[in-house]
Amino acid sequence: MSQKPPSDILDRRRFLGAAGLSAAGALLPIAAKAGEGAKPDPAITELQDWNRFLGDGVDKKPYGVPSKFEKDVIRRDVSWLTASPESSVNFTPLHALDGIITPSGLCFERHHGGVAEIDPAQHRLMINGLVDTPMVFTMDDIKRMPRVNKVYFLECAANSGMEWRGAQLNGCQFTHGMIHNVMYTGVTLKTLLDQAGLKPNAKWLMLEGADSAGMNRSLPVSKALDDVLIAFAMNGEALRPENGYPLRAVIPGWQGNLWVKWLRRIEAGDMPWQAREETSKYTDLMPDGRARKYTFVMDAKSVITNPSPQAPLKFKGRNVLSGVAWSGRGTVKRVDVTMDGGRNWHEARIDGPVMDKSMVRFYVDFDWNGQELMLQSRAIDETGYVQPTKAELRKVRGVNSVYHNNGIQTWLVHPDGVTENVEIA
Amino acid sequence: MSRSLSLIAGLAVVAIAAVPLTQAIAEKATAKASKAVATQPAPPPAPAKLGLGRPALPDEIHAWDTDVRPDGVGLPPGKGTAKQGDSLFQEKCSTCHGEFGEGVGRYPVLSGGVGTLKADRPDKTVGSYWPDATTVYDYIRRAMPFGNARSLSADEAYALTAYILSMSDVIKDPDFELNQDNLAKVKMPNAGGFYDDDRDVAEKQFWNKSPCMKDCGPAPKVIGRAISVDVTPDDKAGPKVD
Ligand code: HEC
Repeated sequence: MSQKPPSDILDRRRFLGAAGLSAAGALLPIAAKAGEGAKPDPAITELQDWNRFLGDGVDKKPYGVPSKFEKDVIRRDVSWLTASPESSVNFTPLHALDGIITPSGLCFERHHGGVAEIDPAQHRLMINGLVDTPMVFTMDDIKRMPRVNKVYFLECAANSGMEWRGAQLNGCQFTHGMIHNVMYTGVTLKTLLDQAGLKPNAKWLMLEGADSAGMNRSLPVSKALDDVLIAFAMNGEALRPENGYPLRAVIPGWQGNLWVKWLRRIEAGDMPWQAREETSKYTDLMPDGRARKYTFVMDAKSVITNPSPQAPLKFKGRNVLSGVAWSGRGTVKRVDVTMDGGRNWHEARIDGPVMDKSMVRFYVDFDWNGQELMLQSRAIDETGYVQPTKAELRKVRGVNSVYHNNGIQTWLVHPDGVTENVEIA
Repeated sequence: MSRSLSLIAGLAVVAIAAVPLTQAIAEKATAKASKAVATQPAPPPAPAKLGLGRPALPDEIHAWDTDVRPDGVGLPPGKGTAKQGDSLFQEKCSTCHGEFGEGVGRYPVLSGGVGTLKADRPDKTVGSYWPDATTVYDYIRRAMPFGNARSLSADEAYALTAYILSMSDVIKDPDFELNQDNLAKVKMPNAGGFYDDDRDVAEKQFWNKSPCMKDCGPAPKVIGRAISVDVTPDDKAGPKVD
């Protein structure tokens, strides 16, 4: 094995040679080592309860839950952000996840009028407006249509929105956790529209939810006929109530607010509706006082999830840097990582499936000697879009656009492994 | 009211002419984004009509199709004045939005803010930011009062819309009667303040064939730290799990 893995970007010699670093990391252990005089590990030498007594029987948990040792891996909210928990958001614990699929129970929530609890037998989907025949479908009708399975990321347009003016929240759960990546099962919106027959002058659709916010958004017909799904399952089981049970829209690569949950009606029309959620909200105020509207696509973005403020480095020596990247314009082509705040970049190793408008997982396996690190990642997608720095973004957009902050995130790793959210220049 | 179906041809033509840019951009974004990774054979072609679902009845459409468009299509018959809206607002809305729409706690502010969109801390309100008066009507009848949605009558919604518009002097006369014929004609101060997504052009520099990999600039310095802002919930802030 003479060849260094391409991801092994931190050359040990280079770091050992760097001035003033070697003493700094002294607090942290290298991985536990058995050597002369070492005491035997009681985890091995002592009989453990679980190794002796019977565990729970099969029916103890008819619907399984994570180990009690994982109790801190939960969605969290930032209570000062919103007026009430019914119109609020919580965040996916990205720092505690791996691979590319977000477990259903950890998918961040964003509601505008609380979670609608809908009896699927009472749920109807209506298609009306500029169609040949306005139609009504039951859930049973929809489940008799040809199905598709697709993995897509859903990112709230306001993800990282609190960071426009500088580093604010100390954890990637809070800075980047308004995203999840899920496998959906459903039918194409085209299949449904075909049943009603779109009229040629139908250029826009209005999607409307059955929740108490009556969430509604305008969607161009071109997108609707391209890759939009109407889904009833996520990650192999029925949608969770908080994710739109029994039926939701899946609008690949486009801002999460369009993915109307508890979907009950689709109206075809010849112009957009200018709903509150596409005028008052989800428009991007620019420095000249005007605002961009219908900014649907989510630009390419990435974040290092480990290490990060909630997941500091614990050991010198061998470590795994890990993160996720995504692009609303297609597939992620490459992810670069820097450890010196953007002076030198190296290609990370993407592992696992690379799919259209889905998250990818990347890794850098590296040796750490306890020196300070300024970690960043940048995603590059199939269109050649390179995730910009926050400074580059602010140059165009100022600091008041709220939405679409896909700037490069910096984590500062201290010699004791503590990691914090910083801005650098 | 099934107004999309009842659109007269002339109106439809005007409407299409009014939005070509939005449409073009949306189409472009779609075209760009649609290259799927073709790894699987396409599903066998299904007949367009599957014999599933049933035609919607007029009463059903009437019950659900209550949305209002910027051209006024969808507005129900009715009327109301700002003066009437004031008392309704104090009764049904002020606990959250404040007597004059100033907002209680973190509930949305509905008044003020005109002229602040270029300011360091802009105040985006109905009067300062919203491009269409019809959106106010649509939204409050759809979603307000928060927790008792769809409880307002058509007249109440006209009166409340008039009151909210009067907060920022869009409607000056408290006795002006807002109705289904004049609401869409109300000019909002920031009506011209929006333009279609232009990122593909305005941010062209973000498409870069060879981003810098080596010696990309001077050593960076920390200029801001989240911990000095100190607004992150701590570990104990999460909800309890049993
Ligand atoms: C219990 C508190 C509460 C009451 C009562 C209430 N609202 Fe609201 N209102 C809210 C919340 C919360 C939101 C934001 C909802 C969201 O995030 O989607 C809101 C949003 C709004 C908005 C949009 C603000 C913006 O800038 O986007 C308007 C307009 C509005 N309310 C009008 C009304 C009217 C009119 C009434 C009375 C009929 C009313 N509200 C009663 C809580 C309330």
